[in-house]
Amino acid sequence: MQLNEIWFLIVGFLFIGYFVLDGFDFGVGMSLPFLGKDDTDRRVLINTIGPVWDLNETWVIVAGASLFAAFPEWYASLFSGFYLPLLLILLALIVRGVAFEYRGKGHTIGANVERWKATFDWMIVIGSALPALLWGVAFANIVQGVPLNADHVYTGTIFTLLNPYGLLGGLVTLTLFWTHGLVFITLKTDGDIKERARALATKVGIGATVLAATFLVWTLIANFSVLGFILSALAAVSLIAGLVANYFKREGIAFSLLVLTIVTAVGSLFAALFPNVFPSSTDAAFSLTIENASSSQYTLTVMTWVAVIMIPLVLTYQGWTYWVFRNRVSRKSIPVGSH
Amino acid sequence: MDWIFHPEKGIDMHAAVALLTELSPLDLSRWQFGLTTVYHFLFVPLTIGMVLLVAIMQTVWVRTGDEKFLKLTKLFGKIFLINFAMGLVTGIVQEFQFGMNWSDYSRFVGDVFGAPLAMEGLLAFFFEATFIGLWIFGWDRLPKKVHLATIWATTLGVWMSAYFILAANAFMQNPVGFEINEAKNRAELTDIGAVLTNVVALNQFPHTITASIMFAGAVIASVSAYHLKRRQSVAAMQTSLKLGLWTVLAGGLGTIISGDGLGLAMVQTQPMKMAAAEALYNTASPAAFSLFTLGTPDGKSELFSITVPNLLSFLSTHTFDGEVEGLNDLQAQYLAAYGPGDYMPVIWITYWAFRWMMGLGFLSMIIAAVGLFLTRKGNLNLPKWAWNVAIWSAPIPVLGISLGWMFTEMGRQPWIVFKLMKTSDAVSPGINGVDVLISLIAFTAIYGVLAVVEMKLLLAAAQKGVEEIEVKSDDEADKLTVAY
Repeated sequence: MQLNEIWFLIVGFLFIGYFVLDGFDFGVGMSLPFLGKDDTDRRVLINTIGPVWDLNETWVIVAGASLFAAFPEWYASLFSGFYLPLLLILLALIVRGVAFEYRGKGHTIGANVERWKATFDWMIVIGSALPALLWGVAFANIVQGVPLNADHVYTGTIFTLLNPYGLLGGLVTLTLFWTHGLVFITLKTDGDIKERARALATKVGIGATVLAATFLVWTLIANFSVLGFILSALAAVSLIAGLVANYFKREGIAFSLLVLTIVTAVGSLFAALFPNVFPSSTDAAFSLTIENASSSQYTLTVMTWVAVIMIPLVLTYQGWTYWVFRNRVSRKSIPVGSH
Repeated sequence: MDWIFHPEKGIDMHAAVALLTELSPLDLSRWQFGLTTVYHFLFVPLTIGMVLLVAIMQTVWVRTGDEKFLKLTKLFGKIFLINFAMGLVTGIVQEFQFGMNWSDYSRFVGDVFGAPLAMEGLLAFFFEATFIGLWIFGWDRLPKKVHLATIWATTLGVWMSAYFILAANAFMQNPVGFEINEAKNRAELTDIGAVLTNVVALNQFPHTITASIMFAGAVIASVSAYHLKRRQSVAAMQTSLKLGLWTVLAGGLGTIISGDGLGLAMVQTQPMKMAAAEALYNTASPAAFSLFTLGTPDGKSELFSITVPNLLSFLSTHTFDGEVEGLNDLQAQYLAAYGPGDYMPVIWITYWAFRWMMGLGFLSMIIAAVGLFLTRKGNLNLPKWAWNVAIWSAPIPVLGISLGWMFTEMGRQPWIVFKLMKTSDAVSPGINGVDVLISLIAFTAIYGVLAVVEMKLLLAAAQKGVEEIEVKSDDEADKLTVAY
């Protein structure tokens, strides 16, 4: 296996890791107005991801930096081409992050606590839903191809990206991450809120299944590969099985299946892309591939050593963090009055 | 603008559209990068310095059992955390901007520059983000010593993170460990060891760390002075005042020593920047150091100045009569080597930023020394103004740090990578001025609002001061100790 192929896999792994982890953070954030009947409920929801949302978000930074190091040409063309969508994602992530930190601190500066919390709750909802939608739009467009000229410079506008396939991709990630977050809530909470999350997960999950199936079939028709077909089929089966497990109150199994769904669904997109990394819809000759977009052999060798040593370590200590914070959060565990 | 807004005709759309299409993505991108970077780096130094001091406070508590240090750990830990969140979310913007606004830069140096950034992510950033979560929420979940280890792990992560970012920046100041691949028209990494041991990075790192520690010390001293002025929590606050003031002195001393090393490295690698720091137009040996100068408004000639003979020679070469190259001679050399162009940075900015950086650092140290003298042997009977000086002097080091970075980055201009690529060749070819105007306005607006909220919350936490340690009753055993 060539080093640039290995790095295609590592970049894929890091983005998949990001979607699996921040995916449920987005889902939890989007659920606030639907499951959070009062402030205590909303605090239960936020505290399910409290200790981990920032490390989950870190994955996108590492994925971006790895893309920069291993495929600078892909990073440069993609990030400058998708300027406004990425701007919206950045703003949303900023707003969501500070909202988690600020929402409980209004009383310290004498703000109207009700209004203060309501404001930041909406910032969490928007800051979660917008990236969940836009990452799907972005990845669908990457797979479909965008207008790139001979210098690999994007020549479209933001409206070029808002095509049916791109928008469908966005709705898929939006509903899939939402389902993922709801199942995560059933795994991490107790009592009434858990049951409401379970019921909502079934409804949203059915929507996600229809959208995802349409999208994956469309993807397969456009870019057929055996691996893509296997991964798409696995995604569909595990999503449906996950919803069944959710219905029968097997939270651990349901969550694992949702993780598998995201891994295989995003994996099928990377399979559809390979060996391109950023296809040009203007002329196939202008496409970026793992050959013409990658770094030099020396850089890839150095970075492979770093990745091979560090990724298992990272997974170990992050796994330990999840173990430390494995307890369920319920209304009883929310301290009264401190916020 | 009056040719757009006519008194009778209203808005002239053609003129407005013409203006928008003429917006320069380059200028706007530079403003945006400057704005977002300076803003990001208001939070980072406090994180770098405070994480160490909080780790020390907690260590003292674990080793001595003195509850005063637990209270201090919690108070300054809270300030550290409010600040950390901003550093995190504004940091993502920094990484994305290289691709969004500076894609030709990314294409040209990504093979080299991307490596330290990706290493930062894999080795340091994951580490710090994970362990900080464990520290914040792990108070009652982890054994005491394991919990203590998490704040030290966070310190290690934060500092490693700083090193890799500074190594990446050092490549822009003094590109090493690469060769140009003519066929691909890009710089390619040939020696990662050289990139990571760049003489600029080796000197910039201790300078950044010590200056950040100094800032954290000033913040701790400021918070303590606020409470001591009101005679609140006197025992704990006296301890933290002393710690803060000594930290400013120690950090300041480290900043001077490391700054000296950085100055030598700069003269070696970027003589133009040192000449610009001094507004030294003509090569001189020995060269005097100018403390203050008044020039004509165009900055071309000098009206009045105070100089210290031989000092610049000493700073640049560690000999009292060493030769220091002047701006005009360097400009002539660069013209011959790199073709027509203006190779001087904006002199008034580099000259004054360099002076104010040092001046603010010294000022902060003097305040700390006087403060230690006045409060010796536990004396608290200070005039009101003395407490106020201590309270209001907290931002002095961070202003110095900001000016230092403005000097470092603007002193490198017109280059984005010194002698290798000009800033004007680095901007993304595909983006248009309107898009960048939108992002510049969006970042300015959101950063502005957040700055206000952030300051209010930080001040509220600081003014609340130390809190009694709550002991959970049995029926509260299943409550989260720390929760959003």
